[in-house]
Amino acid sequence: MRRTKMFGLLAVCGLVAGCLGQTQEGDQARNADAKEITLTIVANAAQGGKNARGANWLQNWVIPKFTEQQKAKGVTATIKFEQNGTGDEDFKTKVALDLKTGGGGDIIEIDGIWLGEFAQSGGIKPLADVVGDTSWDGWDKIPKAVQGLGEFDGKRYGVPMGTDGRVLFFNKKLFAQAGLPADWQPRSWQDVLDAGARLKSLPGVTPLQLNAGTAMGEATTMQGVLPALVGTGKPIYDNGKWQGDSANVKDVLGLYQKVYGGGLGDPVLQQEANGRQRSFQLFSENKIGVLMESDYFWRSVVEPKNGVAKMADRDTAVGWALVPAKQSKAGVGGQDFVSMSGGGVRVINPNTKYPKQAWEFMQFLNSAEAVKESLAGTAQLTQRQDVNDQVLKGDPMLTFIAEKVLPITRYRPGLANYPKVSAALQQATADVVSGKSPDEAAQAYRAALVKAVGEENVG
Amino acid sequence: MNGSFVDLASMKEPFVDLVRGLGAGGGMDSAGLGVRKAVGFVAPALLLIGVFLVFPALWTLYIGITNYQLTGPAAASPQVVGLDNVVEAVRDPLFTNSLWLTALFVLFSAVVGQNLLGFALAWLLRSVSPWLRRTTEGLVLLSWILPSTVVAFLWFAVLSRDTGTLGLLLGSPETSWLVQYPMTSLIIFNIWRGTAFSMLLYTSALAAVPPSQLETARLVGASGWQTVRDVVFPHIRGHVLTNTLLISLWTANDFTPFLLTSGGPNHRSEVLPVLIYRQALEGGQLGYASAMSMLLLVGNLVIALVYLRLLRRRA
Amino acid sequence: MSPLWIVRRIGFYVLITVVLAFFAVPMLWLASAPFDSKPGLGLRWPDWTFSNVSATFAHPYTLSSLVNSLILCVIATVVTTVLASLAAYALSRVRIPGRDLLLYLLLLLSSVVTGTAAMVPIFVMMLQLGLINSQFGTALVIAGGMLPAAIFILKDFVDAVPRSYEESARVFGASPWQVLGHVVLPVARPGVATIFVWAFVNAWGNFLLPFLLLRDVGQQPAAVLLRTLYDEGGSANLTVIPVFSLLYSIPVVVLYLFVSKRYGFRFHGGIKS
Repeated sequence: MRRTKMFGLLAVCGLVAGCLGQTQEGDQARNADAKEITLTIVANAAQGGKNARGANWLQNWVIPKFTEQQKAKGVTATIKFEQNGTGDEDFKTKVALDLKTGGGGDIIEIDGIWLGEFAQSGGIKPLADVVGDTSWDGWDKIPKAVQGLGEFDGKRYGVPMGTDGRVLFFNKKLFAQAGLPADWQPRSWQDVLDAGARLKSLPGVTPLQLNAGTAMGEATTMQGVLPALVGTGKPIYDNGKWQGDSANVKDVLGLYQKVYGGGLGDPVLQQEANGRQRSFQLFSENKIGVLMESDYFWRSVVEPKNGVAKMADRDTAVGWALVPAKQSKAGVGGQDFVSMSGGGVRVINPNTKYPKQAWEFMQFLNSAEAVKESLAGTAQLTQRQDVNDQVLKGDPMLTFIAEKVLPITRYRPGLANYPKVSAALQQATADVVSGKSPDEAAQAYRAALVKAVGEENVG
Repeated sequence: MNGSFVDLASMKEPFVDLVRGLGAGGGMDSAGLGVRKAVGFVAPALLLIGVFLVFPALWTLYIGITNYQLTGPAAASPQVVGLDNVVEAVRDPLFTNSLWLTALFVLFSAVVGQNLLGFALAWLLRSVSPWLRRTTEGLVLLSWILPSTVVAFLWFAVLSRDTGTLGLLLGSPETSWLVQYPMTSLIIFNIWRGTAFSMLLYTSALAAVPPSQLETARLVGASGWQTVRDVVFPHIRGHVLTNTLLISLWTANDFTPFLLTSGGPNHRSEVLPVLIYRQALEGGQLGYASAMSMLLLVGNLVIALVYLRLLRRRA
Repeated sequence: MSPLWIVRRIGFYVLITVVLAFFAVPMLWLASAPFDSKPGLGLRWPDWTFSNVSATFAHPYTLSSLVNSLILCVIATVVTTVLASLAAYALSRVRIPGRDLLLYLLLLLSSVVTGTAAMVPIFVMMLQLGLINSQFGTALVIAGGMLPAAIFILKDFVDAVPRSYEESARVFGASPWQVLGHVVLPVARPGVATIFVWAFVNAWGNFLLPFLLLRDVGQQPAAVLLRTLYDEGGSANLTVIPVFSLLYSIPVVVLYLFVSKRYGFRFHGGIKS
């Protein structure tokens, strides 16, 4: 108890010193030869809570291993892990406050989409500015597209922690009842709507779940608007401008109208505070036909043992298909199929007392051994190709993501304005679900967009 | 920044008065406390309030006149924008919508709902067996003291679709109460949540009504309502006003609606504290959110002034 | 017994039953879901099991977070109650011009600070004071926010204590401290007890302040822990949440029962203005 108090006191002193003595920053070689170091890693993960696996890995494997490794080199390393595990917005606020006041952990795990905001506010700096030499043999193992998650304005800020991809999941049992094939692969939006119309004949079944509305938050944008939008041929941010009430946006809102105005989706569900979780529950109870989600759905939701909406017969009952473009070749880059991806990024705090050691720690966290260990025997898309090659073999779904989805996927623009644009898009879908016409909703969206990012940035 | 200066100016006056009053010898002092000791008694509380309440509050008001953001370019160098935030808020349909919903929420759940139910319980429970009285009071109080996160789960279980208790009781499990009737649900929820305070207060207030007067009313054959209006109310008028002020302020600043509806669907239950939270945390717009906090403060001030006026008219 | 009387009696008990049901029905979830093998956000007769309970206790921070909540709330509540009693007594007995105005203004300001907009000032201030990661500091912030309302309510209790008691005590040579401790507070005890419970309950549910100001998971209270019981996709962990909600509720209920039995839980004498 006394000890933790002492540590707390020291940490406070450290924070205040970090806040007042910002002169340290800039000298990349500061404390490079220190024999006693303290590094703190901050993550939105908690043992027994959110991202428990990551938290356990950090606490029980990373910390002892790295400490041991440093000891072998004659360095006494104290590694601390600040657990959070709360809502993303709450966590982001905390990190923003930390960075603003010159405190915070030495390595921070953030959502890749926040990178731009933090970079523009000066809270984080390009990796090379923080640690100097960023050469590392691991870079070759991380695919270029995935590395992009950790970049902003053409500069590298951090190391990505893995990625994901979005597909259409469908219930094969319901498909069989509706006379639809088990190897379903729609080639256009119309194909999806047609399948929905067939599923509609089944009693008590909601044919399609296309996330909509503000209650779902970012899930609406990532598992709804954006995949549809890239299916019209133009991403949300293109040539330095955000799409306004373009034909593409109206097409997407038209799709929403067909789904929710035509009885293919459940409009009430979209507005419930727990709507997304409920949609998972309903899918697992064979009450939803098709649902767009990332591989998270497969790994953590309908997963038979530990999922939040377990499906004992997942392996036979759940099918997946690529998200089709509006029609053949209509997708972005002339693609037939599209997807969106995201992922976390680890960044080094520019205020760290030990930039060189933090970078060393970062390399350790991203070593093949550590990454593999972090999976704790499960399969997931990691940032490292060499690890993926080993761990995804046994899982057809994740192999599908790695082989078929990642080559065609797109990432969100990591700009500070993105969250506001995303909110405006969510509002537009909410408007359509509650009965407005796509044209009206698109107009209101444009107005909100102009207010959020300025007339000059709207295309 | 009109509002803020008014606040600052009127903030100063009581302090000046306070010092002057103490210096002048304090007036009647039945406890023999002495001015010096009285200051000593008040000082620790005032110090804590000054450091942890007044100071951050004034700072918040200052942030309200800047374009301060948590992240992004405006975070690097916030600028004073004066009244822009306030003007923007007043023009913002989301804000006016919120203001209206907050007014409804306060009026129906606190001023009418908690007040009436609290009084009714206090009045009715006088004449029941101690056992029934204790049980009822215990349940009402329990709904008041449970943590709000837990309470949110309890009400999900009541109001959710398909499995919700209310839907099962009324035989319409397909109704999603929080989506189809968000404000009504929140108002009923808040009556459930906050009635205890009014009940406690009125219970003690009724104890102060002379039994002889109630007896007289009964003898002349006054109905229950007449008794309340002509005998009881004049005695508890001050309690009614104090109670109304406190529950109105608490309700106007209550954040629990966020846990139940997050302001949805489509802003239909976005009361001001929820809007402020969403602007501050989800939007990172701290300047704008602070300006709205200030407007909420002004709203509270209006409630308090109305209350003071009513109180003075009584005296 | 006239028929009218009987009808009114029946109506009366129907009314009481409806009110009882209104307050009781939502609580049923807390009795069923923790012991249901498939707990959901709805009420149903549970498929009895204790596996949720063992899962909750297997969580590494359940118990420590409850202990932290106790530490945090006891400090905040004691500080609030003691300081509010002292201030309320002085403000009630010594006439200070502008006293009511001052109280109202503080009451109003407390609403700004408890809102989320004040988090930046509070965070930066606590950082400069070196009170980040300090349970004591966090408790003080919480207490500061509750003090105005506590003083406001308590002052009315103290106002109701007859002054003649104090005067007689003074005749026997009691000091102001003795008057307060042995005469005023015992008479105003139900009020003090009520404020104590009120403050405790308010501090017990506070999430944002402890979340921002306490960084070590070993120091964080139950209110913060409850928010971590969601997975990466934001889905609630309904195995642990119901049991934890129950555990989290028990202390406030016990406190209320204890205080109500020992001191009587009501606005004895009442709030007068």
